[in-house]
Amino acid sequence: MARFARPPEGSWTAHHPELGTGLVSFEDSVSPAFFEQEREAIFKRAWLNVGRVEQLDRDGTFFTKDLPGVGTSILVTRAADGRIRALHNVCRHRGNKLVWDGTPRGEACGRARQLVCRYHGWRYGLDGVCTYVHQENEFFGLRKDALGLAPVHCDTWAGFIFVNLAREPEWSLRDYLGPMVGALEGYPFERMTERYSFRAENGSNWKIFVDAFQEYYHVAPLHTHQLGPTPEARNPEYPFEAAHYQIDGPHRMVSTSGTHKHTWPKEHLYPAEALTRSGNTGPWDAPDLGPLAGVNPSGTSRWGIDNFQVFPNLEMLIYERGWYVTYRYWPTSHHTHVFEGDLHFAPARTARERLAHEYAALTFKEYGLQDCGTLDGTQMGLEQRAFAEFPLCDQEILVRHFHKTVGDWVEAWRERAAEATR
Amino acid sequence: MSDALLPAAFAALEPWARTWCLATEPERWARRLASPMPELQAFYDAFFPRAEEAIAWCERFPLDDLPADALRLLQLLHSLLMVSYAVEVWRQPEVVDCGSARIDRIREPRP
Repeated sequence: MARFARPPEGSWTAHHPELGTGLVSFEDSVSPAFFEQEREAIFKRAWLNVGRVEQLDRDGTFFTKDLPGVGTSILVTRAADGRIRALHNVCRHRGNKLVWDGTPRGEACGRARQLVCRYHGWRYGLDGVCTYVHQENEFFGLRKDALGLAPVHCDTWAGFIFVNLAREPEWSLRDYLGPMVGALEGYPFERMTERYSFRAENGSNWKIFVDAFQEYYHVAPLHTHQLGPTPEARNPEYPFEAAHYQIDGPHRMVSTSGTHKHTWPKEHLYPAEALTRSGNTGPWDAPDLGPLAGVNPSGTSRWGIDNFQVFPNLEMLIYERGWYVTYRYWPTSHHTHVFEGDLHFAPARTARERLAHEYAALTFKEYGLQDCGTLDGTQMGLEQRAFAEFPLCDQEILVRHFHKTVGDWVEAWRERAAEATR
Repeated sequence: MSDALLPAAFAALEPWARTWCLATEPERWARRLASPMPELQAFYDAFFPRAEEAIAWCERFPLDDLPADALRLLQLLHSLLMVSYAVEVWRQPEVVDCGSARIDRIREPRP
């Protein structure tokens, strides 16, 4: 029995005839050759989120962001002029990586008037301008003012900092994000400055982990414990249905009703959930944020969570209880990636609020480990190539759309590359 | 008692304070995974019934200006939540079905 209305075509998938309903190949997630093309076709063309403006809370601050899948490290700065810039994190002199923490693989952040290359001592302002060359008179016709750091296209939207590695981006950031994601512009992201950050190195293609978080069909069987301690709460055969799916260009979203545990009788809760009034869908006592722009686009009366999948590798989870989470997936090879999860809350004012946030952050990691734990197995299974194609149900429509979009982007890039060599 | 870690009202929890007043999640996570289940259960059983009272104690002070003993009590509450997953949910220190996965918390608010 359907809990939520579906489109007139009878299913979400049929509502998007370009997706088809046939079997889907995951060769795009096991092929080293495809990964090489994906780096060029997607990660060097799309706008990529590298952080939030709150990470640069004063003039003179910076952070580095390594994008190992495309062999690039970016320096994101806010110079004395207040402008946010992205620069290649590479010294103009001999190409040394400019800023790192501990080892060249360690990401760094901080506040500085200038950045000094540890190799030969060249210095740069946070605007990328070269300010000092050691023994400048030993060089030949050197023009210091032409020796700045290499800029990377950078823009911000709703406080999210994006970069684009193309020589000339094909879209402005706003055009790229489109109307569905763009509608979140007025959401009070800037009020949620309290951040818990997580990092994992996973043994799967990056898309396999994106897939794990863009369908909830797996929740009842894999995360049986999540629902509660009692057999009534914990039903692995519980049928999952999303309230709404929406697709806008390469981006997609799903609204779900969530668990609304704050309405459950105490006997179906874990004692720590009842103690902290918090858990999987966040603290039960929501901060007063006023109207929330852009969320719950279908207006479902039982709204719990919006899951926006911003192509290619940013996920934004916005909870009805007034907090949000971002996931980013950075490929490191065809079968490994780095996962970053960030939980954002309005700052806790009391010990009770702190513990509610802490319990939500604990819950994220406990169940996230189950998702990470199955990843190795999925990658191993796919690499066995026992099957060429796989069935996807209506609740997995976003998986279907994602792999089609990835394929379309790579195909378009191939065609363009072939034309260029003709 | 001059070497008490916790407010006097919570003196009965002093034996647990020596091992479980830990300031960061990586420390609490490592301690949970390194502790036998009976020890996690004993800590939980001793503290959970008094958790609400401990939260109320911490609430008497501004979060950013907690006296040292109340701050340690709040750290002990953080550890209680860490241990609650082992006791209430998994019935073992490790997450069920996590394979060889690892997720590191690399930033968190303090306290």
